[in-house]
Amino acid sequence: MKPEAPSAKKIRVLIAKPGLDGHDRGAKVIASALRDRGFEVIYTGLHQTPEMIVEAAVQEDVDAIGLSILSGAHMALFPKVKRLLDEAGLSHVLLTGGGIIPAEDARALEAQGFAKLFGPGTSTSEVCEYIERAVRERSSAGSA
Amino acid sequence: MVERAEGDLLERFARGERTACARLITLAEARDPRFAALYDRLAARTGHAHRVGLTGPPGAGKSSVVDQLLRHWREADLGKIGVVAVDPSSPFSGGALLGDRVRMSSRLGDPQVFIRSMASRDAHGGLAHASVEACDVLDAWGAERVLLETVGVGQVEYEVSRVCDTTVVVLHPGSGDSVQAMKAGLLELAHVFAINKDDQPGGERLAADLEEMLELRSDLVRERALLGWKPPVLRVSAREGRGIDALANAIDAHRRELERQGAFAEVRRERRAAHVRALVEATLHARFFGSGRGAGELGEELERGLDAGEGPYALAARLCARISGEEQQR
Repeated sequence: MKPEAPSAKKIRVLIAKPGLDGHDRGAKVIASALRDRGFEVIYTGLHQTPEMIVEAAVQEDVDAIGLSILSGAHMALFPKVKRLLDEAGLSHVLLTGGGIIPAEDARALEAQGFAKLFGPGTSTSEVCEYIERAVRERSSAGSA
Repeated sequence: MVERAEGDLLERFARGERTACARLITLAEARDPRFAALYDRLAARTGHAHRVGLTGPPGAGKSSVVDQLLRHWREADLGKIGVVAVDPSSPFSGGALLGDRVRMSSRLGDPQVFIRSMASRDAHGGLAHASVEACDVLDAWGAERVLLETVGVGQVEYEVSRVCDTTVVVLHPGSGDSVQAMKAGLLELAHVFAINKDDQPGGERLAADLEEMLELRSDLVRERALLGWKPPVLRVSAREGRGIDALANAIDAHRRELERQGAFAEVRRERRAAHVRALVEATLHARFFGSGRGAGELGEELERGLDAGEGPYALAARLCARISGEEQQR
């Protein structure tokens, strides 16, 4: 029972940088690539706590969240975002991300309910296509 | 997720659930057919909030001023505040990069604050088509104040003054002189001027220049609903948090003056009437002309008239006559 035909609805994506690293070039590149593909991107800036990220996701009613992290703190921060998101009743939101994330960590996070995580060298169009497809699949699964 | 039924959505909204509030705004934005009935049930609970519009050129610091106002009113514990921040959609991709939240971080996590970013999509005039309805949702949510921040592109953003009680024009040294402000039509739409970035040189001069212009053209500053209100010109620095008390007080004073003169209720009635007129217009337009060439009940007739070289006025008159003729037959 999603409100509208999937094709008519704009996909809203929150791009957030959790934690303390101050490098947001990757996040900005992804944000602008998503915009150029027709997404509505909410960009929240640097140094976001998991609580801030989930609160923004609640208010903005986003379809997906992309976390960007380069600091190595992903195993501490990412699971917390997932837990708070579930607690807020937003387990339907696609939770993805990218940055410097070793493959085994990525597998562990995906086992916890994360969608695909992207590493360095990923093309922006790959990310955009993935998010678009995954969100459409979820919304049609929700309407079934 | 399994979307819950609309009745449930209103129930959750009435309990103050923020996810319900957010979903109602999404439905308004998507022009979801179910929103109409939901909105009508909410409408009775709106009208309480003081609606404050903030407009001004890009880079004037509107979001930072909003952030400081949030901080001021929340520290004074003056009830819930809603914010609707509109950013432009790309005319090429239809996408948007909504970055106002970056500057609105001082009250993040405050359950009495709700901030929603919105893309302008196909609307003009500095707002999105659903911004008024989003303000109403936040009003019904129980906000004492709803702040509406415009796109800030282009010179004319009158729309905000039509849908808000109090319009704040945010300028900064370097955003041009008072002639620019006059050209943009800002003199007659502002209830309050905020000269932001007063930590930089030029604020005093811009303020004096504006004051002088307001004095000279006091005939222009004709308040539609309010007599004797002279727009104050206030110098603020959102970065340093300076002058924010005076700005917040001026905004509150304008509301009190509206109430004192009985205009607060009048503005609401006029606003609702305008909303209904806009809905009628949109519905009729969709019915008779649809979207795109030749669509709708009169689309083909219009195309035929154009092919026949009929004059625009004559053609319009004939189409109108057809509409009223059809109505009489019903």
